[in-house]
Amino acid sequence: MEAAYTLENAQVPYLGKERPLLSIEGLTKSFTVHAMNRHIQGCRNIDLAVMPGEFVGITGKSGSGKSTILRCLFRTNFPEKGSMWYDSVAFGYIDLAQASQRQIVYLRTHEIGYVTQFLNVLPRRSAYDIVLQSALETYGSKHPELCHSETEKMLTHFNLAEELWAVYPRTFSGGEKLRLNIAAAMIKQPRLLLLDEPTASLDNASKLKVRELIEQLKNQGTTMLGIFHDLEFMEGLCDREFNMQEGIMV
Amino acid sequence: MQALVEKQRSQESVFDMSDPKEKTMAHTPIIEECPTLVLQGLSRHFGSCCSYCQDENAQLERNVCPRCGTVHALRNVSLELFPGEIVGIVGESGSGKSTLMQCLYFDQEASSGTLHLQSYDGGLHNAFELSSQERLRVRNTMLGMVYQNPYLGLRMDYSSLSNIAEQMISSGNRLVETMIGRGSSLLDEVNIPERRKTEAPRRFSGGMQQRVQIAKALSNNPPILLLDEVTTGLDLSVQANVLDLILRIRRDFRVSMLVVSHDLGVVRMLADRTLVMLDGQVIESGLTDQILEDPQHAYTQQLVYSLL
Repeated sequence: MEAAYTLENAQVPYLGKERPLLSIEGLTKSFTVHAMNRHIQGCRNIDLAVMPGEFVGITGKSGSGKSTILRCLFRTNFPEKGSMWYDSVAFGYIDLAQASQRQIVYLRTHEIGYVTQFLNVLPRRSAYDIVLQSALETYGSKHPELCHSETEKMLTHFNLAEELWAVYPRTFSGGEKLRLNIAAAMIKQPRLLLLDEPTASLDNASKLKVRELIEQLKNQGTTMLGIFHDLEFMEGLCDREFNMQEGIMV
Repeated sequence: MQALVEKQRSQESVFDMSDPKEKTMAHTPIIEECPTLVLQGLSRHFGSCCSYCQDENAQLERNVCPRCGTVHALRNVSLELFPGEIVGIVGESGSGKSTLMQCLYFDQEASSGTLHLQSYDGGLHNAFELSSQERLRVRNTMLGMVYQNPYLGLRMDYSSLSNIAEQMISSGNRLVETMIGRGSSLLDEVNIPERRKTEAPRRFSGGMQQRVQIAKALSNNPPILLLDEVTTGLDLSVQANVLDLILRIRRDFRVSMLVVSHDLGVVRMLADRTLVMLDGQVIESGLTDQILEDPQHAYTQQLVYSLL
């Protein structure tokens, strides 16, 4: 395992070369539960840099603070300390920890995708509509034909059987839901894709499919930051991987 | 756009990874937007304030002044609404959500505060200080309101089409043909069947009444839509239809909306950003999923953890 690209060692190899798409410095997050007067540690002092086109994996036991990092990046969790510099097209170099809410909303629709195996969509929408909706959000409703053709392309690309297109995803299997989620995220052509345990609770065959999918995305040049439970899955897939224990990267 | 990106890139090319202090946020974002609605320091109180409760930080018993008994329904509420954005407002009953909506729709007088609307003279004047005729014009042409109680928003004995026509007349429309055409297409939009368009809303189900209200609110193409508990009391199936309709309107017409609801699920589905109100004050605001997943304020935590 390589050492983390912290500021000190990032200085030499990357000076004058391409700069990281994302560099996290000293990210700390803890949760305060007022009712129980408890303080729960999420992650502590995380330093991490992700270069464009790279796939970085994070492993660790549950409760080690893996998801907290991704959630902080997506601003589902409010980062407590530290900075997360992201090289965006729209705003230039931007600190995700301090960006305004509107900027984050923009980045979410145009640049950063977030994928879990859980679906969070309006009820009674067909799989096709969900992906189409996602396309419309990004391209605007002025180009409906483009959105329709892109949607079809995406669904075929991610091997979602055509007879499932008009079906409500509530009836889907875990793997199918995940593929639908990835299709909805990828149609926005994000520059950075955050994968939150996409393989948890999937059987081996589905895991292999997810693996193929991730390889595909990687070949297309998508930058990805993913967290996974099983080390075997990540073998040979990630460019770099990190292990987390009790909120610290080791 | 591309040129701008490159320009910004080249300016940052001297950027040095080794010194974090030199990293500053890009102050010239390429995407600049102008809010459609800016509300600042809105207060609404019932009763004569005393010197004690005029102070912003005065401790009240919930929202009642312990010395003079003045009820402070809203205290220093500020918010911004951007084009095509849905902002959710959550909070318990009596926290001032509906009062806020009614103040914005000029149903109630604001005690203090400023409201600037982009669509009204580019936001130069405080809309709360306009003459009552001007306010009526703003309300009829630039705002759309959907009340929790359809009886407040609709004339129950007029047909659905007449209800829409009434709204269009109030904004200066006089052509029967346009009114019928527009009304009919709007009612199509909200799935009211052809033969019931001329029927009075009194004989409609609650969900249909709510949809007629939405059609009425949209009739003048207002840039801002105020939705007060639109889905409360509707069954889940109708609720899904109404939510779908709201999202479609937002997408197709880029209408900005303020959505009041105490159903967190509704807010989660609709809103980009959410404000949490308690005792007439905004106690927390943030991205909707952040409010729901990582609430900071003790009250918000209590509210979110009560979610089924």
